Amino acid sequence: MSDNIRTVPDATCTFCGCVCDDIVLTVDMDSHSITKSQNACVLGKAWFKEHGIEERPRALIGGREASTEEGVEEAAQILANARFPIIYGLSDTTCEAQRVAVAIADMIGGNVDTTTSVCHGPSGIAFQSAGESTASLGEIRNRADLVIFWGGNPAEAHPRLFTRYAVTPKGMYVPNGRKDRTIVLVDVRRTPSTPVADIFLQVKPGSDFEVLWALRALVKGRRIDASIEQRTGVSLAVLQDLVARMKSCRFGVLLFGMGLTMTRGRHFNSGALLALATDLNEFTHFVAAPVRGHGNVTGADNVMSWQTGFPFGVNLSRGYPRFNPGEFTTVDLLSRGEVDAALIIASDPASNFPKPAIEHLKRIPVISLDPKATITGALSRVAFTTATYGINVAGTAYRMDNVPLTLRPAFDSPYPSDEEVLTAIRSRVRELLGGNRLPVGPLPAGKAT
Amino acid sequence: MGSLLRIVNGRVYDPANGIDGEVRDVCIRDGRIVADVPPEARRIDARGMVVMPGGIDIHCHIAGTKVNLARKVQPEDHRHDVHLRTRFTRSGTGGSVPSTFATGYRYAALGYTTAMEAAVTPLGARSTLEELNDTPVLDKGFFVLMGNNVLLFKLLQEGRMEEFRHVLAWWLSVTRAYAPKLVNPGGDEAWKGHRNANITELDARIEPFDLTPRQVIAAFIEAANALGLPHPVHIHCNNLGHSGNFETTLETMRIAEGRRAHITHIQFHSYGSVAGKSRDNPTSRARDIAEFVNTHPNISADVGAVMFGRSTSMTADAPLAYMLRRFGGHKWVNADTEMESGCGIVPFTYQDRIYTNALQWAIGLELFLRSEDPWRMVFSTDHPNGGTFMTYPALIRLLMDKEYRKEQMAHVNQDALDHSGLRECMDREYSLYEIAIITRAGPARLLGLANKGHLGVGADADVTVYEDAADKEAMFAAPRYLVKDGNLVIEDHEFRVDHVGRLLHVEPEFDSSIAQVIEPFFEDYYSIRFANYPVHERYLHQHELVPMARP
Repeated sequence: MSDNIRTVPDATCTFCGCVCDDIVLTVDMDSHSITKSQNACVLGKAWFKEHGIEERPRALIGGREASTEEGVEEAAQILANARFPIIYGLSDTTCEAQRVAVAIADMIGGNVDTTTSVCHGPSGIAFQSAGESTASLGEIRNRADLVIFWGGNPAEAHPRLFTRYAVTPKGMYVPNGRKDRTIVLVDVRRTPSTPVADIFLQVKPGSDFEVLWALRALVKGRRIDASIEQRTGVSLAVLQDLVARMKSCRFGVLLFGMGLTMTRGRHFNSGALLALATDLNEFTHFVAAPVRGHGNVTGADNVMSWQTGFPFGVNLSRGYPRFNPGEFTTVDLLSRGEVDAALIIASDPASNFPKPAIEHLKRIPVISLDPKATITGALSRVAFTTATYGINVAGTAYRMDNVPLTLRPAFDSPYPSDEEVLTAIRSRVRELLGGNRLPVGPLPAGKAT
Repeated sequence: MGSLLRIVNGRVYDPANGIDGEVRDVCIRDGRIVADVPPEARRIDARGMVVMPGGIDIHCHIAGTKVNLARKVQPEDHRHDVHLRTRFTRSGTGGSVPSTFATGYRYAALGYTTAMEAAVTPLGARSTLEELNDTPVLDKGFFVLMGNNVLLFKLLQEGRMEEFRHVLAWWLSVTRAYAPKLVNPGGDEAWKGHRNANITELDARIEPFDLTPRQVIAAFIEAANALGLPHPVHIHCNNLGHSGNFETTLETMRIAEGRRAHITHIQFHSYGSVAGKSRDNPTSRARDIAEFVNTHPNISADVGAVMFGRSTSMTADAPLAYMLRRFGGHKWVNADTEMESGCGIVPFTYQDRIYTNALQWAIGLELFLRSEDPWRMVFSTDHPNGGTFMTYPALIRLLMDKEYRKEQMAHVNQDALDHSGLRECMDREYSLYEIAIITRAGPARLLGLANKGHLGVGADADVTVYEDAADKEAMFAAPRYLVKDGNLVIEDHEFRVDHVGRLLHVEPEFDSSIAQVIEPFFEDYYSIRFANYPVHERYLHQHELVPMARP
């Protein structure tokens, strides 16, 4: 360890959707590494520790080492010549980079989608159909006296959701912290989160919707048959007790994870939960919020929404944004073999997509941007090495509750940021196309602009 | 910046300089209005056309966390109203809450060059600035929500007025806001902390504080005047939308006691009450409200007119949105922001056959027609709450064309008209000069924007040229030319260049030691660090610091 040590107070951790901004980083400026990350959880500590500077080529073109500029030229040629290019990823980069990525999609008439489509996409769809009563994490910390976690394991996935926002911290109207709150956990199995809860509801796998719907019925004073226990694994008495608690609390919150959104029922599950929270507002103040994974996936939803009107799965090939999950979501587009080029930003779909989608990625020219070597990078025609957001790159990230935060980078990277690479690609594509690509074919009915 | 331009032969309406339809040249150089330009300047022949300063929307909802939630929640409202990209402009979607790019281009395509986002949580300032930066053509600013701020309440109940003022100035400065906004002052604590209750009396106690809405309103009026802000405190009164609320509105205006205050979307606050089938129905008390504003030069207002059709109710007044949910249908969004604000969103459609909706429409018109000082009763629909900005041309026609107004009145709920005073003010028609006041010169003056809303030498070269037509809706729906900062952005009804406008913001002075008051509160109750709260300069992009009204 050198003497060239810098301390970065109030740094922001972009590992998960909690985006904690109270991290005190100790940085060894000579070795380009973070030696200590005070206040970070175990996941955050690993994130900071493992993002030093690695010796990697700035770009690889077909496996050959190249400069960033050569990579930009190759990438721009691919995108300008593609007939159905897609842009995907975006949840682990800054909003500034996300804005450029959507701009490129608009210019080339491509498809743009984020990792939301494979995590809380169903919650986004449920939100569109039912709305949502929600709150910032600080509101939950200051007021919530009943906190229900559904389909998630924060102890292992979002540790500081417990300690900084929703379980133990003292708040304005919950001055004794944990003692002033009732904690409920709903899951299909016991996890390291279970001991935190006062009440644990173990539901049979695949029966979340039934449990939620029964709760809605009970909230509305309808009768539920005792056979609900055979169906869901939860007795009527337990459900009735929970309903009584939900109706009598001062400020209740339902925090839900992918155990709900990515199991049988998907957006019906999210929708039932959002509707339950809404119904409870007849009796008391009640909110719900999806617990988001990637550090800036919420930023991606927001940028997509303000630029196109839709949160993910957007196609711009007709000259205007169209939204259709299942049609314009990336897994589906790739699995159907429809696309002929892909720009992947800060994501590794080749490591976690279904096989037919990965097979198609192997057939088409792929451009990828990532600080690390990835499986997607290995199959890419052009693979850029970029700097890590929040560690080397400043910019904006949105916490899971839509609160935007400014990142405080710890040390410089020799590599360009995603935003810089994307901006260069955008400029070059614009030169090649002579401006935005205009759609061919008829305009939508009634529109002549 | 921009080219040399001379707009010739047009009839110029520039009320701030007393010019009422005089045919004269407007000369532009380096983004400003100048007295003369050399002969090589490009000439635009505006023969048969009307030349006005660019339109200024004093109150609309176009950017920020709440607006983006309203965008996200309505895919069905976007898909039928798409906005195509061109070679150099971005695509987007419309509906009642358009995407940012569509918002900028569509405002410009109505002749508008400035718009003020009217309700931003301090915590959401960054996202508002980023969205505004993606809103092309327009200059823009935002009003920051302060009327339910817990720290300010604490200072106020302890009588720490000096610190209250410094903290307010700090908040305006570090969020890069333009003016303080009060929404249903005191109501959030009841909403969030007392099982979705509300506060309905100006003298009721805001539990758990030893404080009333009256004290909150008075303190903000006092502080905003003392700071010399270019725009005074912008007030969304208590009891919005409720029958009989006109008394709350009158009482709120009286609190000002001669000091400047702006009452926003006053139409929604001008209701009397009459016994109805299930509860009290609203009636019009526009006469009382208009008379008060007419006779109190310290008070200004924007109307917040209602236009029939699709809208979105989006407001920091969470209890109101909850009430509307019963009428609005299937979707409701509520979003609480810690220590700062509430928020509610409901997609909504105003229907001419429905009593309440028709009454609201009539009251909006009545307020315009009863106003004796167009400089202080200016144009708005509280976009998209009363109707979207795309309805502005039709609303202008309703004001300018009494025959058209009569025709429209024939289609609406007649019982509602009977309970309004609209039939009493049918003689009045707004002139182009008055339209130029309520949509340009008036808002500029109320906002304290010395370089906007007029065409005098030194003004920003934001100019709209409309082709004069008997059908004022058609005329105001599509300017022939739009000049923004000296650039000919629209020519022959088509976009010729893209343009990014400026952020307008204020920085009232505060004692930097005030941080010692604020920081401990942050450490105790906020979920983000104090050091990470002030908005960094780079979010300003192109910006203009607007000076205080007085030193």
